[in-house]
Amino acid sequence: MNQNLLLLWNDSMPVSLTIWLLLTVTSMYLARDLVHQLVFATTQALRVSLKHFYRSLNILATNIRKRNNEVLLSSAREATEKNIEREFHRVNAMVAKDLSGYPATQRKVNDAIKKIEEDFQQSTETPPLPPAWLDAIESIAVLSNNNGDASVAKVLSHIQKTLESAYKETLNEFRKTSLSRHTILKNMLPNWRTISQSLHSIDKNIDGLDKRSQIIDQQMEKYEQIRNHDEIICRTLSSSSMTQFAISTLILIIATLGGIINFQLIALPMSEMVGGTSQLGPMKTSDVAALVIIMLEIAMGIFLMESLRITHLFPIIGSMDDKMRRRMLIITLSILTILASVEASLAYMRDLLALDRETLSQSLAGAAVVEAELRWIPSIGQMILGFILPFTLAFIAIPLESFIQGLRTIMGIIMYHSIQILAFSIRVLANLFFRVGKIINTLYDVVIFIPLQIEKLFNHRKTKSIDPDIETIHS
Amino acid sequence: MKRIILLSLLIFSITACSEPPSQNKAVYMLLDTSGTYTQELDKAKIIINYLLATLDAGDSLAIARIDSGSFSEKDLISKVTFDARPSVVNEQKRAFKRKVDIFVKNVKSSSYTDITGGVLQASEYLHETGAKNKYILIFSDLEEDLVKGHVRDFSIPLVEVKVVALNVTKLRSDNIDPRDYLNRVANWQTRVHEGGGKWQLLNDIEHLEKIIQG
Repeated sequence: MNQNLLLLWNDSMPVSLTIWLLLTVTSMYLARDLVHQLVFATTQALRVSLKHFYRSLNILATNIRKRNNEVLLSSAREATEKNIEREFHRVNAMVAKDLSGYPATQRKVNDAIKKIEEDFQQSTETPPLPPAWLDAIESIAVLSNNNGDASVAKVLSHIQKTLESAYKETLNEFRKTSLSRHTILKNMLPNWRTISQSLHSIDKNIDGLDKRSQIIDQQMEKYEQIRNHDEIICRTLSSSSMTQFAISTLILIIATLGGIINFQLIALPMSEMVGGTSQLGPMKTSDVAALVIIMLEIAMGIFLMESLRITHLFPIIGSMDDKMRRRMLIITLSILTILASVEASLAYMRDLLALDRETLSQSLAGAAVVEAELRWIPSIGQMILGFILPFTLAFIAIPLESFIQGLRTIMGIIMYHSIQILAFSIRVLANLFFRVGKIINTLYDVVIFIPLQIEKLFNHRKTKSIDPDIETIHS
Repeated sequence: MKRIILLSLLIFSITACSEPPSQNKAVYMLLDTSGTYTQELDKAKIIINYLLATLDAGDSLAIARIDSGSFSEKDLISKVTFDARPSVVNEQKRAFKRKVDIFVKNVKSSSYTDITGGVLQASEYLHETGAKNKYILIFSDLEEDLVKGHVRDFSIPLVEVKVVALNVTKLRSDNIDPRDYLNRVANWQTRVHEGGGKWQLLNDIEHLEKIIQG
């Protein structure tokens, strides 16, 4: 068929082909403008559509980014508000606890100061010693030695003795009053200490308040940045969110491994309870039952953490009044404890079953049944593990919350970057279509270059023939 | 979204409520008690112990002897379908083992060897269990010796049944002309294939794990 078509004009292939070529080139030359327009219109249409698509993707990416930032800022704002609130609560507690006793302390200090003043007054009211007595005694003593009169000497001696006796009495009195003064001063010591301690306590409280106010200042500064939609804080929050996501993922992997161990502990004894032959879908019913128990434990753990307001996955629990929340806490903790006890007993049953199976295997293998020593150690270990693991799994709520929050951010970031990559690819494709259109037109012209050259030559001559006329007209 | 959730729940409930296909195994072991083959029964005990250790809750196991007319319930030494509870399973296995031990201790040789009757009986039993994987283990030299008048030259229905010949020890005459042994094995293989079953020969009992797979 093709052969016949090729040889349509002549039996000789070269001749026929030449005719075909001439016809094709001529047709192409005649249709040149139309083809060029068609190629241009098609590529332009594709380019424009792709550019529109690119712009839409860009808008979408911007919106996603904005939304991501809003989510980040919203959660950060919430967290900062809570932090500030907590700090204010602490300050309030500090003021209520420590500074409420301030009037009493002040009274105590005032009393102590008053007491010190009084004591001080008492300690200053001491009669001064008459120093002239000493001189008189010395003079009388000199007189008694120089005069030589016995009666005078006796009188003088008597006077001296009397004076000395009076002096001694005065001295004793002085010592007594000094002692009394010293006692008063000594009694002032506790008052000084009281004042010092009271002032130290006030200083400590003021210092604590100062530190709290610094923390509040920092939080307020952060809060201000969040409110202002600061780009730096967005980046910081994003990075922090990713770190949280990575850490929570790691913890969840560890918890999953713990869950698998838990499952292994209770799957076999579960078949003793619900049977080991029935199936639920592709899984054994006993395995499903074991999984359900583990899931229930995790659910109870989540509710427990919610009731304690450690996590905030269910706002309805967090917003409950304290009485109701306490009830829920007690109920969830009770259920968790019951489940843990069930697991401990199942773990013990598993140990018994394993022992029985081991004995049977030994008997089937023809070996003598050996009673293992210290068999109670793994039994108790398994029971403890069965009891502890549900409580450990309860804490899964904390990383789970971080994981969910982080996942939202991570998904947003991944989506944003994916759309950006797609938008870039679309832009490249749009430019490529534009270039391809030009290349197709050039290739088209290459095929019909002979008639094009002829046309060019013809036009050139025509221009030349017209040019002299134009020159004549101009002149 | 709601529709998807409802559909998923519906599919799950249908899957959960419907009776799932049985994944259990059923094994019927035939013990040749003709002539001097009773001396080989200690090896059979090893295989039975292996089966007891391998089979689990829901699986079935039956041991029967091959004697002069084996298509009969009376040749059944012991049969059991293991309970769903592991503790009961262990007790059943112990009881089964005790029965087999007593049989091996007190076994008497039979005059004739009706393997076909035994296989037919096994096939009936296995199909009744409804197990997914069905096995007939023939612990014999595969030399059939029928009572005059017994008709056994017909196709045995063995669809979905795997027949494993164990310990097909060579007879004294096989040493003179080994083609006898090869012909016996080939003959049984053909009969099993004709009945729609699968055939396996396992002379080395060190590789018992090849008997029951999956």
